[in-house]
Amino acid sequence: MFSIFGIPAPLLFGQILLGLINGGFYALLSLGLAIIFGMLNIINFAHGALFMMGAFVAWMLLNYLGINYWFALLLSPLIIGVFGIVLEKAVISRLYKLDHLYGLLLTFGLALVIEGLFRNEFGSSGLPYQIPPILSGAVNLGFMFLPIYRGWVVVVAFVVCLATWLIIEKTRLGSTLRAATENPALVQAFGVNVPRLVSLTYAGGVALAAFAGVLAAPIYSVNPNMGSNFIITVFAVVVIGGMGSIIGSVLTGFGLGIVEGLTKVFYPQASDTVIFVVMVIVLLTRPAGLFGKTA
Amino acid sequence: MLGYSRAQGMALGILIALVIVAPGVLYPVFVMKVLCFALFAAAFNLLIGYVGLLSFGHAAFFGIGSYVTAWTAKNWGLTPELAILLGGLGGAVLGLVFGWLAIRRQGLYFAMITLALAQMVYFFCVEAPFTGGEDGIQQVPRGRLFGVFSLQNDMAMYWVAAAIFLAGFLLLHRVVHSPFGQVMKAIRENEPRATSLGYRTDSYKLIAFVISTFMAGIAGGTKSLVFGIATLTDVHFSMSGEVVLMTLLGGLGTIFGPVVGALVVTGMENYLAPFGAWVTVTQGVIFIACVLAFRRGIMGELGALLKIDL
Repeated sequence: MFSIFGIPAPLLFGQILLGLINGGFYALLSLGLAIIFGMLNIINFAHGALFMMGAFVAWMLLNYLGINYWFALLLSPLIIGVFGIVLEKAVISRLYKLDHLYGLLLTFGLALVIEGLFRNEFGSSGLPYQIPPILSGAVNLGFMFLPIYRGWVVVVAFVVCLATWLIIEKTRLGSTLRAATENPALVQAFGVNVPRLVSLTYAGGVALAAFAGVLAAPIYSVNPNMGSNFIITVFAVVVIGGMGSIIGSVLTGFGLGIVEGLTKVFYPQASDTVIFVVMVIVLLTRPAGLFGKTA
Repeated sequence: MLGYSRAQGMALGILIALVIVAPGVLYPVFVMKVLCFALFAAAFNLLIGYVGLLSFGHAAFFGIGSYVTAWTAKNWGLTPELAILLGGLGGAVLGLVFGWLAIRRQGLYFAMITLALAQMVYFFCVEAPFTGGEDGIQQVPRGRLFGVFSLQNDMAMYWVAAAIFLAGFLLLHRVVHSPFGQVMKAIRENEPRATSLGYRTDSYKLIAFVISTFMAGIAGGTKSLVFGIATLTDVHFSMSGEVVLMTLLGGLGTIFGPVVGALVVTGMENYLAPFGAWVTVTQGVIFIACVLAFRRGIMGELGALLKIDL
């Protein structure tokens, strides 16, 4: 085995792969946050909790109903999306006329309730979720062993991000969505049902979180705290990338995942803090964020 | 006097009387905990209630205050008043740096940045050698006040904590009712207009941030002496959430709200402690209820009922 900068290649590439996986989750979550923010003007603090619920729904589908991973990958985002519509209609929609900070506080409360309920029901130790048989095992790439499931997660996360970008930038639905983000009153005047569009946007954003949750289930144990560990880092990712552009969120997410992975190789003590350090540097040099438009 | 109206003066008198009577009725250590959190919440309220800045990472300053006080009291043998003062300074220095960074962005971004910076402090405290990692700093001596009066007795400690709380509470109120405080409120109401009137709003925000984080550090330091321990709980993100909850429940931008909120939330945690995660659920439900139906909080509603500012 050869080595790079005195680091054995399998270790280096293994950590970069782990970084890409985390990066995929950062990208999916920050993408959802950005879409929701654009339309609803709230920061969805419950995003982490809904990511966790996505994983739990997959676990429940498998253990209670015997529905396998592949169907869960479709069903769980659907179920969480419907749950999102209920949340938006029942509580979040009452806040649109208020200061945006109330949206943050409300969704924070929602996150506490959801996580608390799941912790009561399932404890905090975590439940195992098996990798589906087709994706288990590993292939030897010559410079490293690639566990197939991990490669799959990176590819799927990237494809879903790309699909979201295509929907928003290249379809009619996407252009209505972008127009409604710019000027909801005008779009409503053209006969578009904007409140419904808002609900669907929220559903779409949280469905992305749930999808990430299902992808994460076999990698991390399914655990009521898995979302809150992620969400604060994702906030930093959002601050770094700025919420102005979809591609920006995706690139920032994957990029920061790699940075985190490399830090684990070269200076493991800092691996938990490196994203926050990057955030500080970005704030000092480009306060609006790497892809942000306004300050 | 001190910017209090007659009704507020009476309310303050009631508060002081309650602080004096409380240890005779309730367990003194519990009341001290409430007082520390009340000061912490009042410091937080200075930002959200009067400048309109939501700092979602205030646990960082509370926690650093707690660690600095505990470390200096234990390893340098500093007297309690000096250790707590250093804790406050620790909070203020950290607040100066974080405030300087976070003020570059506004509104929701400000909240996310403070939250992320606080999380960085948390991870730092997990790794750093002087915090004792998961164990924290234990068996912190309460020491002798001014090198003379031993605080080993709970009642002796109680009077010191009560004095710190009242002094901090009065000082924060004085800040709000000073000319400086008027500018703070102008920034909350309409920042571009305050700027156009010639105020350097960023400097005002930063000074308010540092005052708030200094008080948060003092509160954390006092807490670490009362309990003789400084741990990761003090810097954890959920502590930031709790102080937001206390202030929101008591009433954003009210004088006495944070104190009432601290009492209710701390009391609730005490009584619900045996029920595990139900504490989290209850806190979440209170958050939702406050935001949807009860935005003025307890003291805000009471004040509206009596037609006075409390």
